[in-house]
Order: sequence, then C-alpha cells, then structure tokens
Amino acid sequence: MKPDPQMSPSSVFDPRVLKAPHPVPGAPDNWRRFFGFNTDAKVIGIQYIALALFFLLVGGLLAMIMRGELLTPPSDLVDPTVYNGLYTMHGTVMLFLFLFPILNGFNNLLIPPMIGAPDMAFPRLNAAAFWIVPVFGVVLMASFLVPGGPSSSGWWAYPPVSTQNPLNHFINGQFLWILAVALSGVSSIMGAVNFCTTILRMRAPGMTLFRMPIFCWTALAAQAIQLGGLPVLTAGAVMLLFDLSFGTSFFRPEGGGDPMLYQHFFWFYSHPAVYVMVLPVFGIFSELFPVYARKPLFGYHVVALASFGITFLSLIVWVHHMFTSGTPQWMRNVFMVTTMLIAVPTGIKVFAWLATLWRGKIRLSTPMLFALGGLFNFIFAGITGVMLATVPVDIHVGNTYFVVGHFHTVIFSTITFGVFAGIYHWFPKFTGKMYYEGLGKLHFLLTFIGAQLNFLPMHWAGLMGMPRRVASYDPEFAFANVLASLGAFLLGVATIPFLLNMVSSWVRGPRAPANPWGAIGLEWLLPSPPPAENFEHDVPTVISGPYGYGLGKPLVDDQERYVARSQEA
Amino acid sequence: MTSESSMPRQLLPGLLLAGAVATNLVLSFSMARISHQWLPVQASTAAPYVDDLFALETGIGSFIFLGCIGVMVWTLLFNRADKYDMDDGDPIEGNLRLEIVWTIIPLVIVMLIAWKAIGVSQTLASLGGKVRVAGAEDAVQVAESGSGGSAPAGAIEVIARQWSWEFVYPNGVRSTELHLPVNEQVTFRLISMDVLHGFFIPAFRLKQDLIPGSVIDYSLTPTREGRYRLRDSMFSGGYFAANQTDVVVESATTFSRWLEAAAKVPLQPAANPATDLYRQRLARGDRGWATVPPAPPPLVHVSQDPLAGHEA
Repeated sequence: MKPDPQMSPSSVFDPRVLKAPHPVPGAPDNWRRFFGFNTDAKVIGIQYIALALFFLLVGGLLAMIMRGELLTPPSDLVDPTVYNGLYTMHGTVMLFLFLFPILNGFNNLLIPPMIGAPDMAFPRLNAAAFWIVPVFGVVLMASFLVPGGPSSSGWWAYPPVSTQNPLNHFINGQFLWILAVALSGVSSIMGAVNFCTTILRMRAPGMTLFRMPIFCWTALAAQAIQLGGLPVLTAGAVMLLFDLSFGTSFFRPEGGGDPMLYQHFFWFYSHPAVYVMVLPVFGIFSELFPVYARKPLFGYHVVALASFGITFLSLIVWVHHMFTSGTPQWMRNVFMVTTMLIAVPTGIKVFAWLATLWRGKIRLSTPMLFALGGLFNFIFAGITGVMLATVPVDIHVGNTYFVVGHFHTVIFSTITFGVFAGIYHWFPKFTGKMYYEGLGKLHFLLTFIGAQLNFLPMHWAGLMGMPRRVASYDPEFAFANVLASLGAFLLGVATIPFLLNMVSSWVRGPRAPANPWGAIGLEWLLPSPPPAENFEHDVPTVISGPYGYGLGKPLVDDQERYVARSQEA
Repeated sequence: MTSESSMPRQLLPGLLLAGAVATNLVLSFSMARISHQWLPVQASTAAPYVDDLFALETGIGSFIFLGCIGVMVWTLLFNRADKYDMDDGDPIEGNLRLEIVWTIIPLVIVMLIAWKAIGVSQTLASLGGKVRVAGAEDAVQVAESGSGGSAPAGAIEVIARQWSWEFVYPNGVRSTELHLPVNEQVTFRLISMDVLHGFFIPAFRLKQDLIPGSVIDYSLTPTREGRYRLRDSMFSGGYFAANQTDVVVESATTFSRWLEAAAKVPLQPAANPATDLYRQRLARGDRGWATVPPAPPPLVHVSQDPLAGHEA
C-alpha cells in the first residue's frame, strides 16, 4: 500500500469514519446505463469519450486512406473527388466528432468532482447536449450515402466551391455537412452554458477561484470562447446554407455578395476553436505534471490567469488565416502582432510546466509520458506557429503542407497526446480499474514515433512548396510523403494496444484504489469509481490550494475522514 | 568569510549554464544557416527577404526549443524518482521574479520578430504591391470583357478557372505557360472566373489568392532564369491538384522572341490535365463523387509543355 501524501503522519485515526454511509448508491455496475438518456455527468462523460473514440477510429481510417493515396505522386488509389471528400470528412470528424466531444467528456467527468459539486448545474440540458452529438454524427455519416458523396470543400467550406452543388440535389453532402456543423454548434453552446454555470456557481465551500484546479480554469476559459464565438460560426453556416439551398447571395459575387465575408465568419470562431481544444489540454498538463513530478504547480496564479489571456487574444487573431486573401497591409500587421502576442501567455505556461518538473521526483508512468511528449511537441508547434504568424513567411508557407504539419502537431501531437494522458491518468478513478502499464507505454512509444514520422516531413514538403489538400503532387515531394504515410500507418497500429488496454483493463483489470497516484484533488478523495452524486451531502470544505505536494497542508477540513471513506468503498 | 574551496562549487552551476547556452547558441546559429536548404531556389526579389526572415525565426526558434528541451531532458536524467522513492520534490510554489522575466523576455522577442517582419512585409510591398482594383459587379464585367480597360500598361492578365491557368499578354498572346523576362518588374491582373484560387510560385516565395468578384493587380520581379512551378494554392474543387503550370523565367531577348513567335501560332485549345482526368472518369462510368465539370480548356497560342522538368 502506497503511503498517502494527504494523510499527515500525525493524523489521529477515528474509527467512526468507517461507519460513514455506504455502499455507494448508483455506482456504475450496469453497462446499459451508457446507452440511454442518463443525466449523471459521469455517465455522460463516459458516453462522450466512448463515442469520440469511435469517431477517432473513423477519422483515422479516412486519414489512412488519404495517406495511402499520397504514398505515390499521381492520383491512383481513389478518384480525386473522393480524395477531396475524404480529407473534408477527416477534418470534420476529427474536430467535431472526436476532439470537441472527448473534451466535453473530460469536462463532464472532471468538473463536478474537482469542485465538489454533485453533478452539472443543468443535468437534463447536459444529457440533451450529448445526445445531439450522435444525431449529427449520423447526419454526417449519412452524407457518405447521398448521391454525389459527402461535402468535398474542406472543413473550412469556403464558398464559392462549397455552394457549387454539382448535382443540383436539395439534399447533398454539403447540405448535410452544414446541418451537422450547426447542430454541433448548438450542442457545444448548451454544453458551454452548463460548464460555465457549474464552475461559477457550484464550487465546494472554501474553493475560491484561486483554489480551483487549473483544469477548471482552462475549461472556463475555453467555454467562454464557445459562448462568444460559436454564434458567429453558426450564423455563417446558416448564411452558407441559404446560399447553397435557397439562392441567396451573401457570399456569391455574381449576386453582389462577397466570399471573403464567409472567411471572417468562419475564422472568427474557428481559430479560437483551436484554443477551445488546447486550453483543456493545458489544464490536463497542469494537473499531471505536479502529480508525477511530486511538486506544486509552479506559478499557479499566473498559469490560471494566462488561460484568460489566451482566451482574450484568441478572439482578435482570426485574420491571420487570410493574409493572402487580399487583406490590406495595415490589417496584416495588426493581426500579425496580436497573433504573436499569444506566444506570451502560452510561453508562461510552458515555462511554468518546465519549472514544475525542475528538481521534482519524476515518475514516468504512461500519463506522464504522454504529457511530456505532448509538451515536447507543443514547444515545436509554438515555434512554427510564430513563423506562420509573420506575414512574409506565411505568404510563402500559407496553404501548404507546412500548415498541415503545424496544425497536426497542435491538434494531434499536443492535444490528442494530452487527451491520452488524461484518459490514462483518470481511467482508474472513473472505471475503478487499473490499466496495464506495459500496453500503455507501448501505445505511447508507437504514437510518439508515428507522430514525428507523420508530421515532421510535412513541414519540409510545405517549405518546398507542396500545397495542402492535393490528391496528387510533383515527384520531388515523394520522399516526404512516403515518410508521412508510414507515420500515419504506424499511428493506426498504435491504436491497437490502446483499445486493447482500455477494453481489457475495464473488463478484467485489477481494482483501482481511491488514489493510485497519490494525487491531490477533491476527485481523489472520492472512491473509485465515485458515487453518482460525488460527495452527496457531505461536501468537504477546501482549506488550501490544489497542488500542495510536499507542503504538508491538507486540502480539505477533516481530510482523514474523506480519505478513509474513499478507501473503504 | 567564504572559504576558497567552496568557490568552484558555486561556480559549477554557472559554468554548466554558460556552457549549455553557448552550445545552444552554436546549434541554433547552424540551424538558421541550414534552414536555407529547406527552401526552393530563390528566383524573385522577394525570396531573399523571406528566406532571411525564416532563417532568423529558425535560429530564435531553435534556441528556445533546444533550451526548453534541454531543461526537460535534464530533469528526466537527474530528477527521476527511484523505484520505491515516494517522497515529494522541492515544494517550490513559484518565483515572482522568474515569472516576470519569462513574461517580459518572450514579449520582447516576439515584438522584435514582429517589428522585423513588418519591415520585411513593407519591403515586399515596395518590391511588388497588390491593389484590389475592382469589386463585385465591376469585377465580373472586367473578367467577362476579357481585358480590363484600366489595366496598368504591360500588365499580364492571369485568368484562373476550374481548372486551368490562362495568361494574356498585352500584345494579345494567350498562353497556359507563364513566360517572364528576368529582372524586370511584371504586373499581373489576377482574375478568377469561378471560385477562389491561389497564385503560388514557391521559387518566388509569393502567393496571392484570386477572388471571384475582385480584380487584383499584383506585381513581382523574377531574378533567376529557369522553369518553376506555379501551383493553385487555394482549394478550388474536384481537380484542384491538377491545376498547376510552369513559369519560365528567361532573358529579355529570349522572352521577346518567344512572345513574337507565339503571336504567329494559331489559337488552339490548351492541353489540360483536369479535362483529361475528367474524360478518363467519364470513360470509366463517371464513378467517384460529385464535381462540376472542368471549364473548357482556354484557346491559347502556347500550351504548357507537360513533359518539361521544373527546378522548383
């Protein structure tokens, strides 16, 4: 039995704690609860994560077909129009059906226990928000079956390409795509209302804002972007739908519209959307580094506030996607400066994590490996991000594979690494089972190598002038593309140990103790898995900050009682 | 009184740090030098400025990357917990001075890069500017009339379609291959007939979107003779990947000879990869997902040579 750092050696054992109410009511013991309308945030969280992982496989399969096509310069595996549909759907599935849902899964699982709340503020709204996801997932998948195939205009869906509707059918792939994106927006806004309200209104006694775990800070910062930005994207999507289906001319030049207007609508949300995804992962990094380095998070206050610095700046950078679109010089300069400023709050976080590692007692378990790998990749992506921000370099590499490489280093090699780190770290807490460390490490190794092999050569291809979104390319790019394809296939292989680990350890893994990592946090004062309403009527009073490693201060009043109760369950 | 024997002990971390910083500086400087090799040949006046800025960013970026990774590797080597060591690390909660330093220094660095980049950006604008000369219906008229009435003298019209490039010279020569005289500033009038396209010549380090409903005047100066690739960089639908052609930069005399000879060739439909691919698709039973059919290949005096090799 590992000694628990939260139990100070001088604590007096009180036998009465063993009489605390048990067993846990409603602990997940029946798999059926995951397939129905359930208002328990922990069930919804697992629903989100399981559905998202399914779509990770779908999106990954699409990616592997694309990389199969790109193994050779000519377009020979699939028709170019099919390639266009594949890359459009790959991006859409990965963003709207993998990353957003899986991060909402984390929000659902983590926010209530971390702040000591019994559930989300609006449990039925929460369940409704989740159930929209499979609905629009079906809508999007159905677009593979309509005549003409799915949307093939890229995940940006820039008009006029997106409004061309070659077959002139009312129900077409692009129509279903817009419908799915709009539904995703509705679901995300419902989620955002819920997460913000829960964090702001339902914290345990004593948990001031500056005693919240960083994950909650980043979730709040990210969901604030959703509330501010998503209505703009949804408005743009509605206008696009009207142009496509009802003959309006918001974006049609021949009717007096302007295709550039759509780009503003799109990027005003869709650049910040990357921060919606990366902020919670910054939260996951901030949770994990202290646990596995056994040190307090360095500069907690600044790291917390930097999240909102990122939120603010993320809303005023969108035009950097339009440097070559005819944007005037002064505007390019303004948006270049705002974009580069983002390096400052993100830099603060990176340095804080490195300082957290410094002179720690580092344990390289699977979650820590993924967090470190994600940080490594993120530093690289941050540097190529600053390059992309500068107008002259962006004019050359914009819309090339350099951007694809940068974007995937953020979206996969940072965000998805963080997601994997989070899954392994909280797996014991929410399933009550330990995962297999060996399979986890194998998963990390394959994923790390696969990611570098896949995304590094893309930067080079882009610098040499290979445009993104091409189904065929000139032979000089073959070497980089073969490497990238091998990396992509390796990433496909890497999911095998992951899935094997998740399924087998959940079914028959060893039972997880309440706090296997010796971590500090309210969620670790609950049994594994936590009861339906977490602390129920016995919510602890928080008396110190969230990362007291080595400080010897208890997190909550009467900590021994909570620890004993969580272990007994 | 400090004992003399403790001096080296105090100096050691400083020396290590100085050594690490020096190594990092050397490595970063070499990365900046090497970065030029990751780019195609320089063939326009803009290219050296872009490449130098990229090299500067590579250098600074490498320094920061290696510095951070150095710290990470150090902790992984020397700050690992032993197998049964369940102790906590040093409970350091922060250091205000350090936090201020690592806020200010990145701020200064990115603002210096931004300042430098704005300078380069202005230089590029002076080497070859871009002006949106018409919008909305005017632009459609300019595009349909074939030649803009107010086109600057000597402007080459660049007409992008799904999926072809057509270049119309002031003397009326039409070509799907772009020939340019070396070391002379040329002005293009960028027109899209259908959707967004991107006028991208990697060897020139230049890219400008063509926007339906806008006419954009755009100029540049090629500086190196050779055959380079012009690629559509903004996704334009079905056969986007095939929408590429060549730019031939040649001496002024060769160029004028080419222009004269071209004028004597009768107009004929240009060879067009997208049309060929679409014809193959129809022959195979029109399988695949929906696409608008390619626009008819433009009638030109000179068609792009599909077999010619390009340098970049």
